[in-house]
Order: sequence, then C-alpha cells, then structure tokens
Amino acid sequence: MISAILVMALGAIVLGAALGYASIRFKVEGDPLVEKIDAVLPQTQCGQCGFPGCKPYATAIAKGEADINQCPPGGEEGIRKLAELLGREVKPLSEEHGVEKPKSAAVIDENLCIGCTLCIQACPVDAIVGAAKQMHTVVERLCTGCELCLPPCPVNCIAMVPIAESVDTWKWRYPVFRMMPKEGKAA
Amino acid sequence: MLRALFKFNGGVKPQTHKLDSVRESIGQIPLPAELVIPLHQSIGGTPRPLVKAGEKVFKGQMIGAADGNVSAAVHASTSGTVKAVEMRTMAHSSGLGTLCVVIEPDGEEAWIETRPVAWRSLPAGEVRDILRDAGIVGLGGAVFPSHLKVQGSRSTKFKTLIINGAECEPFITCDDMQMRERPAGVLRGAAILRDLLQAEEVLIGIEDNKPEAIASMRAAVANLGDTARDIQIVPIPTRYPAGGAKQLIRVLTGIEVPHGRRSTDYGVQCFNSGTAYAIHEALEFGRPLISRIVTVAGNVEAPRNYEILFGTPMRHAIAPTRAKPDSDRVIMGGPMMGFAMPNPDVPVIKATNCILVGSPALFPPPEPEMPCIRCGECAKACPADLQPFELYWFSRAKQFGKAQEYALFDCIECGCCAYVCPSHIPLVDYYRFAKSEIWDREREKAAADAARERYEFRLAREEREKQEKAAKLAAKAAETRAKLAAEAAATAAEDDPKKALIAAALARAQAQKAEIQPDNIEQLTPAQQAEVAEIEARRAQIREIAHTPPENKP
Repeated sequence: MISAILVMALGAIVLGAALGYASIRFKVEGDPLVEKIDAVLPQTQCGQCGFPGCKPYATAIAKGEADINQCPPGGEEGIRKLAELLGREVKPLSEEHGVEKPKSAAVIDENLCIGCTLCIQACPVDAIVGAAKQMHTVVERLCTGCELCLPPCPVNCIAMVPIAESVDTWKWRYPVFRMMPKEGKAA
Repeated sequence: MLRALFKFNGGVKPQTHKLDSVRESIGQIPLPAELVIPLHQSIGGTPRPLVKAGEKVFKGQMIGAADGNVSAAVHASTSGTVKAVEMRTMAHSSGLGTLCVVIEPDGEEAWIETRPVAWRSLPAGEVRDILRDAGIVGLGGAVFPSHLKVQGSRSTKFKTLIINGAECEPFITCDDMQMRERPAGVLRGAAILRDLLQAEEVLIGIEDNKPEAIASMRAAVANLGDTARDIQIVPIPTRYPAGGAKQLIRVLTGIEVPHGRRSTDYGVQCFNSGTAYAIHEALEFGRPLISRIVTVAGNVEAPRNYEILFGTPMRHAIAPTRAKPDSDRVIMGGPMMGFAMPNPDVPVIKATNCILVGSPALFPPPEPEMPCIRCGECAKACPADLQPFELYWFSRAKQFGKAQEYALFDCIECGCCAYVCPSHIPLVDYYRFAKSEIWDREREKAAADAARERYEFRLAREEREKQEKAAKLAAKAAETRAKLAAEAAATAAEDDPKKALIAAALARAQAQKAEIQPDNIEQLTPAQQAEVAEIEARRAQIREIAHTPPENKP
C-alpha cells in the first residue's frame, strides 16, 4: 500500500518536473496563432477590416473578436486560407467591408500634385517619394494598392490603376471543360 | 566501343515525322523588312536596352545588357538602323507584349569587330562573363543562361559532360541537321565545355533514328584525333522523351537524379548540341548568338531547316516552305511540348527550335474531355516517375500544396500522360495552370512579406521619431530652464554691483566723515587752551545754573 502510494507520488513528481522543465525550455514568445494568421493576410495595411492594420486584425481573429471574411484585398482566396488555418467554414466576403478589386497600384498625376506630403504621411509602406513643395511619385513595385493615400490628397491627383499582366506574371488559364466542341473549327 | 545503356521508365513512341525536313541542307532566309528582337529571351532578368531609336547598329552589336547574373545579353542580328524600342507581341502563349528592339536592316550585314577569345588563359569567372555577354543560352528550348551551368557544384568534381543531341520530339530536326552539316563546330564546343568543366569524359547522346548525324559526328571525332579522344558518340534508343536532361542522363550513365537534387551533385552536366556549337562560335570566333537553326515543318509543302536570325517574323520564315492553304495556326516547338503562337508575325527567338504550321487535318481538335477513369496509363507513361492522375486531381481541385507534395515541379511537361490518356484529358494544361498559380502565389507571398517588413520598419521609424522628438523637446525644455536659471543668476549678479556701489559709496562717505575732523582744536597754544578751558568752565557754570531750580536762585 505504502509502496504503491510512493510509486505514484514519485511518478507524479517526475512527470511534474518534466512538464515544468518543458514549459520553461519550450516557452513560446507571443501568440503563434496571430503570427500564422498575419502570414496569410495580404499586408496592405489598408484598414478596410475595421482594424488599424493586418496585425491588429490577425489579433482580433485569434481572440474571436473579428470574423474571417473582413479582408477585401485578401479576397475569397484569403478567406479560404484563413478557414483552412482555423478550421472554420468558408463564407463570402462581408459586404460592409468592401469588395474584391483587381490588383492595382496608386499613380500620382504629376501635373496636378502640389507637393503637400499628405499622401507620404498616409502611405503605410513608404512607397511614395517626394518632399514639401516637390512633386511626389509612387514607387509602383512597393505599392500594395491599399488606397490610403486617396482621401488625404487635397487635389485628388491620385488614381488607382490596375496592374497589367506581363509575360512574367501571366498565368495559364484554368482548363475549361469543353462538353460540345464546335464542328469543323480548331480549338 | 560498346557502352551499357540504361532505360528510363515510361515514355511514348509517337510518329516522328522527321524525314520530310531533312531532305535539303540547312537553308538561308532573305533578310526581312524589319527584325523585332525581344530583350527578354532567356530565363532570368530582362536585359537593359543599350540602343535608342535612330541609332545605327552593327551585326553582333550588343543591344541589351544582361540584368544581373541570371540573365543573358541580346545582340543585333544584322546591321541597320534601330527604328524603335517598343512593346511588341512576344512569341509566348499569352500574346502579351514585351520590350523589343526593332531594327530596319541595311542589307550590308556589316559585322561588329569580332576577335577570338583566349579563353584557356582566362580565369573561369571571366569566361562565364564572356558567355553571358555573348548571349549564350540553352538552345534545347529551356533558354537557361549557359554561363550559370559552366561551374561545378562545390562538393563534387565533374565526371561526365553530356551533349544532348537526342532530339526526341516529332517534326524537329534542327540538331540533327546541325550535327550532319557542322559536326566539327559541335565537337569543338563540346571540347571547350569539357575543358571548362574539367570533365573526364564527354558523351554525345543521339537517338538511333538519326544514323546520318551519328556517322557524321563519328567521322568528325576521328578527324579531330587526339583532342577528341575522350569524346564518345552514343546512339540511344528512340523513345520520347529521351532528350529530357534527366532522362538522357539516366540512359547514358544510369544515374537517376532524385527529387530536389541536381545532376551536378552527381558530377554530370548536360548541354544541348546547338548550345555547344554556339559556345564554340562565341569563344573561337568571338561571334555572339544572333541566329539559330530552326525547323520549319508541319502543314507546309517543303519543310526544311533554316538558319534564321533572331527577330525574323515567323511568317517570313514560313514563306519559302509554302504553307498549305488550310493552315490555321503556328506552333513554336513540337507537337508534344510546343506553344500555340498568338499570331504568325511574332519573331523567332532563342527558344524557337521549330516553327510548326498546324491545320485541323494535321492536328485535329482535341476530343472532348471525359472523366478520369483511374486507369493509370498516365503513370505508366510518365518519364519523371510521377503520378499524373494525382497531380491532375489536385490541380483541378486547386489544392496546390498537395500538388507540390506530389512533386508537381518535377514534371517536365513532356505531354506523355496526355498522349496516352484514354479520356483525352489535357493533363499538361492542368499542370501548367497549377504551376503558374503557385508561382503567382509565391510572388504574392514575397510581396506581402516585403510589405509587412516595410510597414513594421515604418512603425519602428515612427516610434523612433516620436522618441527622438520627445527627447528633443525634453532637451529644449531643459535648455530653456537652464537659460531662465542663468538669467535669474545674471539679474542677481546685476543687482550686486549696485548694492556694492551703494555700499562702497556709503563706506567712502563714512570714511570721509571720519576723516573730516575739526582741525582748529589741535596744535593750540597754551594761552588758547587756557582760553578754551575758561570758556568751557563758563559753559559748565551756565549749564549748572540752568539746571538749578529757580527758588535756589539768589
């Protein structure tokens, strides 16, 4: 009887020590789920989800304060990825947060720009170059298409221009089923 | 000498259709009215244009400089005037435009100054730069910059150099004709590559349906004598796709390059025979790559091989072969792996090994796609030992992660699976779709990561600026306080002199007061003293009288 209790107690101590050690040794800094969700988000930092950036939205999703369908730039694909990651149902994009648009980049009409620097301050990824009373321009390669530079512009000289396909970014189309081939015409 | 050959799994034996285009020797094509030379002709970065509209260029002059190391230069194919540097339709399935240099030939074919390269005495890095600037890329169709392949893996020494003259795809005979007519150049190129790589042996693999090419190459090896001692011409069984690099390596050496590894890890490197010829031209004569041999075949009256300058419109190249009236499309490459061109006016580029004219009779429209019946024929035919039906399911369901797990990127798009599929499923179309979707996702992921980094940097910068501003403000406040204190001290110091002045004045006044003594009571004569004493006594008497009460007065 005593030996049985001792064996169990010894076991409990050993396991407890092992668990205690493991919790210190393999301590995870921060919330890995937030990092994982953040990795799926498109990082436009546009705030259309109602949070001040992708990381805060990821945090809100992880806490259960936000739904997974509030990110228009991520689109359907992004929702699908989030659903997969979190084991939830795929749902359509929430309309109040916006609609999915083709990938675009901001372009400044250089004839109209007055050099106020307001858009530079608004750009979350520092993709706009310029100085006070100097013409500004958008570095297209860095622009995420978040549209945050549009509202502050006092002269409405910024437009969103869809990014055209190039030979390097062209994608093969999804092979379509041809149930009824047209007679005498080559595909 | 007999060699033991090996076998790769799968493969198919389609009709070769090669005999028609080898009846005549390699032909020349008259200069077209304009040459449209795309800058982006190889894997990697798009070369930077070096010329402007209106400039005169010589044949062989560099018009596009390699952008970074993974890129290859582009040259003017003939002498003439640059008409424009503009977007033109590319020889690409997309039909999209790309930056091209448009040259109007002057007909003089005036070469830029060329001189042989003393490559034996140059360090390997310089030879690679010369090859890059000569625009040498793999001419088998993949157009991978060759200078990147002329360097060993760090761990393994080169044992075998393989020259790929298999040319397994139907209709295409450009390598065949080159080996028949210009064997010495191919061999010299192979010898240069052998010396650059310090390979122990050179195996030139040629499919056994090209006996003339094999005979011609063997004769050339005998002619070269000692230099070509370690070069062997190896006929290999004809089976598509024996010309795939991994398949050819398997057949010649028995080495099966596993998933995720390169042949260089096993001491084997593989070059196309046309590439070997181009390297020979570039190093022994200093001529950059400006033309290639192209098979023009298919639905034409007189199929033939031509040496065609890059930038020549395909329509111009097809003209002498007389396309039949029912022709409806132009394919770049062969019937198995080729791409339909958006229109016949796209230019011949470095990747163009064949211009195949199609017609509904020659290439009937694909039969309707039926559901997969899981027969497994595709897996039996796959030369890369993949499971094409699994890849098909995953690609169709857009489960790209799964497709990658099943080694989608080991697929060489040879088309064997689609060729044998009894349900006529265009399998390769699905793989191409899945591959381009995955590349797009990788690009997007990279862009998102870059955006996150920039955003976080901006946040950090804003925080830093805030702190710097706070520190600046604090410093300024401290400065102001110090200034105020100093001012207070200064006013205090300003007060003191006044007080001191006053004090000094007072002191002076007192001193003066003290100094001013009645000087008439000193140094008196005794008579005067007696007089003073008398007066003083009288004053005292008067004072005493004054203080005495009146009743006591006499």
